[in-house]
Amino acid sequence: MGRIWAVARKDLLTEGRSKETLNGLLFFAALVLLVFGFALGPDPARLSQAASGVLWVGFILTGMLGLTRAFQAERENECLEGLLLYPGDRGALYLGKLLGNMVFMLALEVAVFPCFAFFYNMALWDALPGLLLTAALGTVGFAAVGTLFAAMTMHLRAREVLFPLLLLPFVVPVLLAAVKATEAFLRGAGRTEAFPWLVLLALFDLVFVTVSLFAFEWVVEE
Amino acid sequence: MARGGSRLMLVLGLAAAAALLVGLYTGLVRAPADAVQGEVQRIMYLHVPTVLVAYLAFTVVFVGSVGYLLTRREGWDILAHASAELGVLFTALTIAAGAIWGKPTWGAWWTWDARITTTAILLLIYLGYLMLRAAVEDQTRGARYAAVVGILGFLDIPIIHKSVEWWRTLHQPSSLARGAIDPVLLFPLWLNITAFALLYAFLLAQRMELGRLEAELTRRRLEE
Repeated sequence: MGRIWAVARKDLLTEGRSKETLNGLLFFAALVLLVFGFALGPDPARLSQAASGVLWVGFILTGMLGLTRAFQAERENECLEGLLLYPGDRGALYLGKLLGNMVFMLALEVAVFPCFAFFYNMALWDALPGLLLTAALGTVGFAAVGTLFAAMTMHLRAREVLFPLLLLPFVVPVLLAAVKATEAFLRGAGRTEAFPWLVLLALFDLVFVTVSLFAFEWVVEE
Repeated sequence: MARGGSRLMLVLGLAAAAALLVGLYTGLVRAPADAVQGEVQRIMYLHVPTVLVAYLAFTVVFVGSVGYLLTRREGWDILAHASAELGVLFTALTIAAGAIWGKPTWGAWWTWDARITTTAILLLIYLGYLMLRAAVEDQTRGARYAAVVGILGFLDIPIIHKSVEWWRTLHQPSSLARGAIDPVLLFPLWLNITAFALLYAFLLAQRMELGRLEAELTRRRLEE
């Protein structure tokens, strides 16, 4: 437990001191919302119909950039090799990286919600608990697979292409479920309609956190 | 080994070719046309066997991946790699045949139906698997990474299927599983399923032999 927290704390502290990724990605996420606004046109009915999809595409694109960044630091100074030299369970290393990535992504998402409400003219306040729950569940699953694949592709020359290529098809269920649940909460029908989607998200999280935990050992072994 | 192997290969190849000839002749020429859909329904004799073989191939990838990670024997990895390539091939054929059938029947090459979409995502996952393999230079590392993707991908299939199914459904449920096919059409269908399974076995054996030779070549190069 202490080891997990130590790894996550290291990542968050580095980011907290420089804030360069966080600021950049926040700007990027807002830009995605804006660009989709241009692509879909200013019709308010159409915008509000597409809104939850746009929001999650924004989260996923931003999350992907964030994950790439999270392992860039480990690669540049061969920090991961150093971390791996510590005796004991490597699973803690995975969980630590996962926790760091999750906290980072969630912080971003919470900051994006006001932008979303602003550009897409959404009344978020009543739906907020549901939206946050959906964001949390979706982020766990996305980051679980993403952290594993980012570790896997970090040493490859073609990583910028391969990483999204591997990750995106895997997280299709997360995208679908999160978009549907978000849509239901925004319509105010969250209590009944979002439930099965949240269960699906929780199931995805459970399966992929467990499996990735085992798989990480195989990925980093030499 | 090579002698016995090549004889088995020959038998397998001939059996696959014969079964395909008989199967396709029965399905495309002999069997009566469908009462509702007419001639276009004959694509079923290609579409259903290819998709079943594709599922079989991805199951074999999963088995090979687990086998490799547990035993670290190269043979398991070669099996998984060969089967992944064939799975991609048969999935692509399935989608192509489905699109050709869909155009006259549904009026569109592509629809966002649950099973079609799931199949397309499967294709993307295993294309990623193959691209990852090609991108990793170190052989054992590539094998490990690929095995991880092979296992995760297989576990993802039911979740993807469930999510896409809730999201949207238009495709007819499996007629084979419902028992909704007339025996006159069912016999050629099973004939073709057998034929395509044999074709898969033959291609798999060929591809694995090639994989073994490739591994041998790399080893000799390294020894020099």
